Amino acid sequence: MREHWSEAFIGLLISFGLPELLATILAYAIGGFLLVFIALNSALILIWITRKVISRMQDRIGPNRVGPFGLLQTGADAAKLMSKEDITPTEADKIAYNLSPILAVFGMVMLWAVIPFAPGIIGADLNVGVIYLVALGSIAVMSALMAGWGSNNKYALLAGFRVVAQLLSYEIPMVLAILTVVLLTGTMSMASIVGFQSLTIAGFNLGFGWLGFLMPGALLVFFISTLAESELTPFDLLEAESELIAGFHIEYSGMKFAMFFLAQFVISWVWAAVVATLFLGGWQGPFVDQLPILGLVYFFIKAYAIYVLQQWIRGTFPRIRIDQMMYFAWKVLVPLMVGLIVIQAIVQKLPVPVVIQYALIFISNIGVVGIVINVLTGYFRNETIRTKRSFQPRSLIGTMQPAE
Amino acid sequence: MLSQYAFILILSTLALIVPIAAITIGHFLGPRRPDPVKNAVYESGVETIGDTWVQFRAQYYLIGLVFVVFDVEAIFLFPIAVAYKSPEFGLFQVIATLFFILLLVVGLLYDWRKGALEWQ
Amino acid sequence: MPELPIPSVGQLVFAAVALFTAISGLIVVASPNLFHNALALVATLFGVAGLYILLEAEFLAVSQVLVYVGAIATLITFAIMLTRSMMYGRTSPVNRQWGKAAIFAVLFFAVLLGFVQGIPWVSNMAELPSSQETIVALGMEFVTTYVVAFEVLGLLLLVALVGAVMLARDN
Repeated sequence: MREHWSEAFIGLLISFGLPELLATILAYAIGGFLLVFIALNSALILIWITRKVISRMQDRIGPNRVGPFGLLQTGADAAKLMSKEDITPTEADKIAYNLSPILAVFGMVMLWAVIPFAPGIIGADLNVGVIYLVALGSIAVMSALMAGWGSNNKYALLAGFRVVAQLLSYEIPMVLAILTVVLLTGTMSMASIVGFQSLTIAGFNLGFGWLGFLMPGALLVFFISTLAESELTPFDLLEAESELIAGFHIEYSGMKFAMFFLAQFVISWVWAAVVATLFLGGWQGPFVDQLPILGLVYFFIKAYAIYVLQQWIRGTFPRIRIDQMMYFAWKVLVPLMVGLIVIQAIVQKLPVPVVIQYALIFISNIGVVGIVINVLTGYFRNETIRTKRSFQPRSLIGTMQPAE
Repeated sequence: MLSQYAFILILSTLALIVPIAAITIGHFLGPRRPDPVKNAVYESGVETIGDTWVQFRAQYYLIGLVFVVFDVEAIFLFPIAVAYKSPEFGLFQVIATLFFILLLVVGLLYDWRKGALEWQ
Repeated sequence: MPELPIPSVGQLVFAAVALFTAISGLIVVASPNLFHNALALVATLFGVAGLYILLEAEFLAVSQVLVYVGAIATLITFAIMLTRSMMYGRTSPVNRQWGKAAIFAVLFFAVLLGFVQGIPWVSNMAELPSSQETIVALGMEFVTTYVVAFEVLGLLLLVALVGAVMLARDN
């Protein structure tokens, strides 16, 4: 394992003649500032990607006026939001109302701390990294609840409840999917999990030992859970425009709204990055041992590819109802993941070669993929039939039958 | 180990300062012309009737309870998963772990049968 | 010349985290708004997690955040919102018994202080094992030494799942 970025950096600062304590604090502060800076500014490109992807799906061009390819559109929007009036509705709970957008950004930025970008480039390589992710992810729940409660608005409160119900429900399959990874790798550190996914043949690291190849079932369940956690379609019933107007942030304006908006987009990228880290090898790839900077490239390609996939799904799928959301989490994903964990736990202790163990794990994962796809296609087929029927022109006479 | 958390501490300070600064700047850059209609609750232009904080369904509370149980279960399984590959983790330990999971499965099935996992 | 008591960075951080925890705890009991009490409770639990980290109990700290901040706090907020009479905030933080309660709290604090003073704290601790080893050891302990307690815990969680249905049905 490569040394942590801070060691070289602190060494450099000490060589400038700084005392060790000051050098450490300074190095961490600069590293932390860089992380916050990248986290917040990546929203500019992420929102642009979303707009472009969804525009193309809806036969539009999307932003194309401000800057080349409309790249600066988000910056212009940010400037606009900055100059907007900061409205606090009457009778709002001031503390909860004002704290909520701050917490939304706080919870999002804190997740960046444990994402391994390249060998040795990870904010803090915690030995409990994966639990840290899930634990800090729950700040979003608190933030939504505070916004919903604090706004003194029925729609906001209703949306807040829906957010909490959804985030809690999908946190369980997500945690269980992570548990399968931990069971296989024997570590909870994000950097070590990436390190596990190397594939060395004849002394050369191909970097293709991705866990997603071995555990497609866990990957699929985790990916679906990340869609729900980042509140994207088909799980966007929390902000359903036609029912709840906008969601729990309906009463927010100006920069406070911008904070929610930003946090939401970046958090879906963070979950995409976590999918890439846990299941798609993170920064692993060919020649990464020789040229560590390639790791950064591989990682960002993977994370952004999954982000685009998320947006693709967002532009294609219909929204599900709250009962379907609950059904899918508790009656499909949770039992499947519990079953997968039990099978994997037994298989890993079978007295057979590792190759056979892996084959058995793979087969059981394929089963999970099959069941999930089956449930989803069944649902979407019904949805298509229903939609077509409601658009079918009916003859006037046919509908005017006397009551039976 | 603590040095990693020193980074987390510094990052959390920055992660609080930045949004506070952004909101404060926005607050002073924007105009401030409050009026009662603008500050009223937005409900699609319809006058608000009754209280905002209506009693909500107990179903949400039930989800919360089931979630807590599974969360606690998962947190106990994580260190076991980390220790799972060590050679001392023998047959007895595997059975103990599986029995623990089995108890939870029974609970899940019970809630399923009682319709607690359905949205009514 | 007597040595000046210059606090180390660790002590300063501890003081800050402890102060944060204590003040949030004070808000929990003193604020008249129930929802604010719940929010302050979340802050207190966060502070306690910080104290665990200072004790190098890494796993305990993240478990604390995951279970208490992520789940229990949400549940408490839900419970507040479920009780209709309490939703309009302003409950008085004092009642008729507060004087007696204060006396007992001070007495309890004195007893605790006496106990803490009486313990011969080890000042020169040996190097702790790495946290990865600690987690592995913890996982092994669950299924060896404390296996009975572990299974009883599983049973307790089962009872909680059954009880949850009963509770919600009553509502």
